[in-house]
Amino acid sequence: MSQWVAHVHRLSGVALALFLPLHFWALGNALQLDSFLAWTEQPLVKLGEWAIVVALAAHLGGGLRVLALEFLPLLDWQKSLAAVAAALTLAVGLALALSL
Amino acid sequence: MRVLVKRSSAVQEFEVPRHPSQTVLDVVTYIQRKLDPTLAYRYACRVGMCGSCAMTVNGVPRWTCRTHVDNVAGNDELQIGPLKNLPLIRDLVTDMSEFFDKWARAQGRFQGGRTKHDDFEKVSPDSPDRKAADAGIECIGCAVCYSACNVVAANPDYLGPAALNRAWTLVKDARSVDAIDKLRAVAGDAGCHACHTHMDCTERCPKHISPTAAIAGLKRATAKAALKGEL
Amino acid sequence: MTQTVLWLAQRVTAAILAVCVVVHLATIIYAVQGGLTAAEILGRTRGNTAWLVFYAVFVAAAAIHAPIGLRAVLGEWLKWRGIWREVFLVFFAYTLLWFGLQAVIGVFG
Repeated sequence: MSQWVAHVHRLSGVALALFLPLHFWALGNALQLDSFLAWTEQPLVKLGEWAIVVALAAHLGGGLRVLALEFLPLLDWQKSLAAVAAALTLAVGLALALSL
Repeated sequence: MRVLVKRSSAVQEFEVPRHPSQTVLDVVTYIQRKLDPTLAYRYACRVGMCGSCAMTVNGVPRWTCRTHVDNVAGNDELQIGPLKNLPLIRDLVTDMSEFFDKWARAQGRFQGGRTKHDDFEKVSPDSPDRKAADAGIECIGCAVCYSACNVVAANPDYLGPAALNRAWTLVKDARSVDAIDKLRAVAGDAGCHACHTHMDCTERCPKHISPTAAIAGLKRATAKAALKGEL
Repeated sequence: MTQTVLWLAQRVTAAILAVCVVVHLATIIYAVQGGLTAAEILGRTRGNTAWLVFYAVFVAAAAIHAPIGLRAVLGEWLKWRGIWREVFLVFFAYTLLWFGLQAVIGVFG
């Protein structure tokens, strides 16, 4: 279980690291051109946005788990569950809230 | 049942009779004594005290003397191999030298400051430091955790969970005079900072030690020492 | 010694990012639900010093956190170690910082 969480954490981190420069660049474009914003309405782009948000939630959850294990004197298995739950909740909540 | 043994050259298949309360060590011993005397493997106490019989059973490192066949032989089949992450000598026997070399590199040995002329160090068993040390001192160096660890597989320099766990118990030992040297030895790319808390070590340790917790302690201790300029 | 400092920087920025990410996502959801045009967003964000500082901190934290994380992946999965990995990561950090701050100034300046 912990291995799975760790792998998701790593892969989502890589995805986010690759995404960030694009995000910063796109931000410049989006705010100059409404046509760019219109492009983001496309379903494939929406899917990408949703995937990035889920990656963010997963990475945050996995990261909170690492911080908990490294800094808090709790029982190991509890920490794992807590953060995984947090990540999933966050992901689901955001995905729904964004109603993509 | 069907037993697939990963030997030096190839995987060899054996047919082994099943018995109640049979352990995987019983199976390996049966193979070597009755079917193929050329099979090389290690064991000693066969009662779960020495750790010599550690092997990979169905992909997972375990003490074979403490693994009941009934718990692992799904579909009446078993897969047995040598411990991972260690060089192979032959068949099921691995070279443990690097495991113990890393133990030494992590300064996994006690250094005290008192002589027989001094009074005893008074260590309360209830003190947080002693409790932290006690949580890790039962390690018998069986290398199951080392074999389970992904980072050991990916990073050949990584000292590994057992060595780091031992270093932690000594850092937490009130009688140690060289705690800071130990922290220096375990900080770095090959040390505690390479651990990514996959927790395979904690999950597989037959003594229920948590090297993850020990390594987390080392991370905190090295950070504190670095901030104080002591590292 | 360096690895200890990197580890500490990684954890500290992680804590900062955790807060920033939650705030950021909440803000984005709020903005998205209203529908958005470029003009509308910029109307709210331009000249807003508080948000500028917030996002500048966000970008800086990310520029530190991401390269340190990548360092482990590069070393373990791509077996890339040594001085050139460090050079690449510093370059990547500066890239994030540069493009990030440009975006921040563009939106909030």
